[in-house]
Amino acid sequence: MSDPNQIQRLRRVVQQFTKDPLPADSEESLFESGLLDSFALPDLISALEQEFSIKIPDRDLNPRKFDSIARMEEYLKQHAG
Amino acid sequence: MPAYIHGFGAHLPARIVTNTDIADRIGKTADWIEKACGIRERRWTEPEISVADLAVAAAQNCIENIGQQEIGLIIVASGSAPGGFPGPATEVALKLGCAAVPAIDLPMASAGSLFGMVMASQMCQQYRDILVIGAEKMSSVLQVGGAPDPNTEILFGDGAGAVLISSRPGRWRILDSALHSDAIFRDRLSFDWHSPLKMDGLTVILQASRKLPAVIEEVLTRQNIVTTDVAAFLMHQANQNLLIRVAKTLGVGEDRFYLNIAKYGNTSSASMLIAAAEWAESNPHPSSPIVFAAFGAGFHWGALVAGDDTALG
Repeated sequence: MSDPNQIQRLRRVVQQFTKDPLPADSEESLFESGLLDSFALPDLISALEQEFSIKIPDRDLNPRKFDSIARMEEYLKQHAG
Repeated sequence: MPAYIHGFGAHLPARIVTNTDIADRIGKTADWIEKACGIRERRWTEPEISVADLAVAAAQNCIENIGQQEIGLIIVASGSAPGGFPGPATEVALKLGCAAVPAIDLPMASAGSLFGMVMASQMCQQYRDILVIGAEKMSSVLQVGGAPDPNTEILFGDGAGAVLISSRPGRWRILDSALHSDAIFRDRLSFDWHSPLKMDGLTVILQASRKLPAVIEEVLTRQNIVTTDVAAFLMHQANQNLLIRVAKTLGVGEDRFYLNIAKYGNTSSASMLIAAAEWAESNPHPSSPIVFAAFGAGFHWGALVAGDDTALG
């Protein structure tokens, strides 16, 4: 995902589920920093599916794939149209 | 051929272990524990009590509640029974006075009793009255390994639950069920008696949050039942926050979900039947349909829906 508009959409979706502003470093773990907890993640996944019109299969539901903004960007780059 | 649920039983050890009792040992506060998992206390049995002892007590309670004397088959689900063979099922049969009754061990944590119920619903045509028991001594699992892990130490409790399923007409007719497994995730929640229990909590919660509502919808849709018509959801009591989340996803009120995890913790395969026994005891004239569902180590998950023949017309 290199489209700045899409990155902005991603950050806007993630921001809905974090307790504090997103880190400037897109590689920073949102779980280790305490921004996301285990119960926010399922809601975030559903919101990503809706925003980017994709269906994320259960087999892809590995928290490591959605651990940071950069990893979410990478996943969406591969799976979102 | 139909299968029927006749009634439930449960047994909880007398010893209560509060959050305050374990907080110092794991370096957390009692409030932190309750906020993390919704658990205020759990029961841990005495060391000399076995999984089979807990199972027998729950089975006897179930037999007393129903007034049933004949047992054609026994299924004992447990993820915390000691390794080796034979498993606890034959000991349970012996102590119940039915040593010659076929007895099957189901070495499954969490979803074990749900899988046992589905097996019983298929096997009762041949074996008629089948006693399914989920029994766990999770306190012994927590003692394996080094320093206690706060993420698991706070969760688990001991106990046992039982249900009688029969081909004879009974209180609830089993309408449908679905079982699933995905071995890709088998190392995300595991225990082998040689090292501490391993749990990838994020993955467990993430997968359970999606799979539990999906499998419940799967069986309800096949039966043309909408979630809001379900009288009670009797679930594996894994985590209170998870169950509240499942209720929200299904669009039903939390009050439809029987919750007792605050006082017993997660008793793994026993929890769903303990919840069912308490729910049945507190609802002498319960509505229907009712839904059972569980998710856990394996990953294994499933759901079963049962209804009152008269209520369903």
